[in-house]
Order: sequence, then C-alpha cells, then structure tokens
Amino acid sequence: MSSATLTKTPDRAKVTAWLQNYGVYLAVVVLLLFNIVFTENFLSAANFRTQLVQAAPVCIVALGMALVIGTEGIDLSVGSVMSIAAALIPLYLGAGPLMAIVVAVIAGVVSGLFSGYLVAYLGIQPIIATLALLVGGRGLALVIAHGQLVQLHNQDFLELGTGDFLGVPIMVIVAGVLAVLAGLVVQRTTFGRHLVAVGGNRAASTLAGLPVKRVLISVYVISGALAAVAGVLATSRLAASDPSDVGLLMELSAITAVVVGGTPLTGGRVRVLGTVFGALLMQLVQATLIKHNLPDSTAQMVQAAIIVVAVYVARERSSR
Amino acid sequence: MSATTTEPAARNAAFAGVLQRQGAAVVLVLGLAASWFAFPHFGTADNLRSLVLQGSFLAVIALGMTFVIISGGIDLSVGSNYALGGVLAAYGAQYGLVVAILLPLAVCSLIGLVNGVLIARTGMAPFIVTLASLLFARGLLLALTSEGATTYKVDPGSAFLWLGQGTIFGIGVPVYLTLVLFALGGLLLRRTRFGQSVFAIGGAEQSALLMGLPVARTKISLYTLSGALAGFAGVLTAAYLQSGVTVIGVGTELDAISVVVIGGTLLTGGAGTIIGTLVGVLLRTLIQNVINQIGTLDSNYQTVVSGAFLLVVVVIQRLLARSRTR
Repeated sequence: MSSATLTKTPDRAKVTAWLQNYGVYLAVVVLLLFNIVFTENFLSAANFRTQLVQAAPVCIVALGMALVIGTEGIDLSVGSVMSIAAALIPLYLGAGPLMAIVVAVIAGVVSGLFSGYLVAYLGIQPIIATLALLVGGRGLALVIAHGQLVQLHNQDFLELGTGDFLGVPIMVIVAGVLAVLAGLVVQRTTFGRHLVAVGGNRAASTLAGLPVKRVLISVYVISGALAAVAGVLATSRLAASDPSDVGLLMELSAITAVVVGGTPLTGGRVRVLGTVFGALLMQLVQATLIKHNLPDSTAQMVQAAIIVVAVYVARERSSR
Repeated sequence: MSATTTEPAARNAAFAGVLQRQGAAVVLVLGLAASWFAFPHFGTADNLRSLVLQGSFLAVIALGMTFVIISGGIDLSVGSNYALGGVLAAYGAQYGLVVAILLPLAVCSLIGLVNGVLIARTGMAPFIVTLASLLFARGLLLALTSEGATTYKVDPGSAFLWLGQGTIFGIGVPVYLTLVLFALGGLLLRRTRFGQSVFAIGGAEQSALLMGLPVARTKISLYTLSGALAGFAGVLTAAYLQSGVTVIGVGTELDAISVVVIGGTLLTGGAGTIIGTLVGVLLRTLIQNVINQIGTLDSNYQTVVSGAFLLVVVVIQRLLARSRTR
C-alpha cells in the first residue's frame, strides 16, 4: 500500500493542489454547461439575473466569513445577526430607508464587537462565543419583532432588493462592490497581511508585535456588518421583515461557500474570488436540483456531500 | 476571600477550581430554592415531575456530547439525528417494539460511525464533518416523510408507548432510563481504559498517539455512541409524543453543547464530568420552567436567556481558569 502510493504521490498531490486552487471554478463551469444543455429555459437573461440575485446574500455573508476563517476563527452568529437586522428595519423605516439601514448595520457592528471582544480579549473559542449569539440573537430578534412578520410598503426601501442600476440588479452590484473591497483589503492592505499572519501563526504574530487582538476583533465586526447588510437586502427582496426565517442555516451556507472556494478552515489564507464562486456554486447546485424537480431533502444531502468533498480536498493540501 | 492566609494565591486558585467545577450545582440549588418561594406552582409534585421528564430527553443527547467534548471534539449532528431517530421509531413501531427501538439505533449509530471514521481517519475538523451530517440526517428525515408532509403516528395500543409515557412510582420511565444511561456512562468514563483514552485524547492527542493509545478507534466509538444516544433520545420522544415529529431537534445540538459546557466540561477537551452535564440539563430545564411560570414573558426570551446564560458561564469559566494558572 505505502510503496504503491509513494510512487503516485507527486501526481496525486498535483491533482489535489490543482483541484484546491481551481476546483470551484471548474465546478461552476461544469454546472453551467450542464444546465445550458439539459435544463429548459436556463439560458436566458432573466434566469441569470435570478441566479445572481439569489446568490448575493450568501456571497456577502461568505465574504465576512472568509475573513474570520482566515484568522482560524468561525462565525456561527451570521444568520441571527441577519434576523436582528431584519427585525429592526420596520421600526426605523418611518424615519426613512437610510435611517433603517444605518440602524441595522450598526446592530451588526455591535454584534461583531461583542463576538470579537469575547474571542480577542477573553480568549473564548470562536465557535462558543458566536454560538451564544446564534442561540440568543434570533430570540432577541423575535422579541424585538414580537414574533411577527411585518409587510413592508416603503418603495424606496424595496428598490434595494428589486431595483436595477444601469440594468444590473442593485443587490448584485452591492455584492460585487463588497467582493472587490474584500479582495483589495486582503491583497493590498496591511490589515489584510496581518489577518493572514494571525491566522497562519497566532503565537508568532503576537511575538512579532502585530496588533493581534485588534485584527481579531475587526474581522468579527466586518462579518457582523456584512451579515446585517445581507439581512437588509433579504428583507427588501422579500418585501417583508421575517425574523423567524431570514438567515436560517446561513452559517452553514456561508461556511460551505468559503471552504468550497479554497479557504482552509485552519486559517492563514483567504481566497476572495474563490468565496464568490463558492457562493455561486451553492446557488447553482440548488437551482439545478429545483429545476429538475428534485426535492429539498435531496438538495440538503447533496450540500452535505459537497461540504465533505471540499474539506477532504482542502485537507490533502494542508497535510502535504 | 480576603487574602490574609499564608498562601493566598494557592487558596484562591483552589477556590476558583471548586467554583469552576461546582458553580453550576450552586446556581442550580439557589435557583431551585428561589423558584420554590417565588412561584406557588413550582414546588408541586406535578411540576417537578414534568421538569425532570422534560429534561430527560436532552440529558440523553448531552451524555453523548459530553464524551465527544471531553475528547476535544464536537458533534453538531445530534439535533438532526434526534429528530431522525424519532421519525424512524414512530415508523418502526408498526412492526413491533423491537423494530421501533433497533431501527433508529442502527441508522443513527451508522451516521455517527461515518462521522467518526471521517474525523479519525482523514483528520477533517469534527465540526465541519458533523455539520455535513446535520444536513444529511435532516435531508434523510425529509425524504422519509415526503418532505415533512407525512407524520408517522404510533398505534395507541402499542407497548412501545410505555417507554415514553409509562411511570414507575409516579415518575416517568424516561427519567429512570436516563439515570441508568448516566450511571453506565459514568462507569465507562471513569472505570475503563476507554474512558482513560477519551481524557488522554482530549488532553493532548499527540501524546495519546505516542503512548500507543487507540486514538482512531476511540474517536470512532465516541461519535458512534453520540449518534446512538441522540437516536435513542428520539425513540423516547416518539414514544412520549406518540408520533415522529419532523420539526423537532432544530438547534438541539446547541442546547446539548450549552448544558455540557454549563456543567463544567471544558470545550478545549481533557476535562469534564457526567454529573456536571446532568446539573447543566436541570439548570436549563429550570430556566425554561421558570420562564413558563412567569407566563406573561414572551416565550422568545427563553432563547435569549439561554444564550446569555451560556455566555455568562463560559466567561466565568474562562476567568476562573485564568486566575488558576496565574
């Protein structure tokens, strides 16, 4: 067994490395081709619009998640932060859409500060620090909203989720701009370099005098703010504030998008473009299954399989 | 508390240690006493009976989670496994008592086994593997119930129902079963080589490997055990509710992790107790009960309080751990 695999190792390692770097793009292309050939009415501008718009919230949340995972952390609270943002919208929409959005995003920032403080200053494991907010956050959102779904009628606000700018859906533009910003932050800023260093080796970063705590707290704040933005967009698209449903299981989708996109869970590396394609892939998988009349249950099992395969491939790379 | 003894630091550290281990028990006793006086109905036999019965289902799940967390892992799939176990039990009940118990145990153990193999043999992170099986088990459950539209009802005359609804000396059968499982769990953890391996792996996996302990086999057994216990909790719930309810178990993994942590088991692994978990479950059930007693309180506060409580306990644990190492 060992001698046989030894001789094959270089090839296998090469394939795995290639898959880890480009697998997500390949998967998106393959799935697109499959749909273009086998799915009725797939190749239309309207359909591409729908796919992009539906992928936008996951993509936005996944960008923040990618930064958190880059520091070897995890943010389980994103779905609940979305619901808090959604619950706040109807309360402040009377003062104008901008006011409502600002309040929602501030709530996201505060949530992020909270998780970040626990992780960075108290040294609590990210999974537990954000678990508390996952459990309590949705309850808080439901308390704020009195457990009610509220229909929204403010046209200016609804424009966010349904409107266009130069023919491109506003939601897609927002996601695109945020993705570019995230890419620039990771590639071009000191903060980005610090982030990757902290995730790669926290002890060494501390010894090297990097602002480890500030970096850690910042990624959770960014993640919270982006989750709030996604909550605002999802609310606007739905034309209703539904804190009991918005962002449910979003932490799973976002983590999957990040991991599928080639960012290892062990930190030290962030792949922004991969994350965007990871979000697109998850959306395409779902759309493919729905368009071929496969039920929700199958979609969940397929998503489970994708997670396992993606993490398995990532593991080969990191353990090499 | 005033540091006047000859070795104040050591004394404080010892005190912190006791508090870290017994803090939940102290809070539980105080909470019980306060609730007893504050709410006229709290101390009634009926309420106390329902309190321990309600707690028993979560306790069975949390038992498996305690083992997994002591080994330094985590099992996010228990909520889905719990719901799946309940549906399979209710479905199996039409073929008799044995099928109703063994079918869910077999399927849920198998899911746990796959978790264990993936974690132990490939080195993938436990939380991502069990996250995937959370989705998978919920998907399987939906497929079995035609997307959640079918509810399997248990025939009212079925002997299976005794498991959930029967009583001995006025106390529900699930409570006794839970106590038996916890006693067995305690023996397994404290009196066997397997238990020693679990602590060793959670303390320092590399050392455990070098010591020649069966690390992979132990991990696989742990996740299988956790899956089986979650499935068994589903069996009890199905017998109690007379049907396989598809919507239960969402977020139960979080409840289970919370009570384990509240009970003093460290999430970093290597330390923890079974009794602590039992105390954690009672505390969680007490909080729920009190919120129900208040009545006027929005039921959504329940999750807010749970989240806040978990957080307070973790922060205190963390601060105490710091003061001990100082």
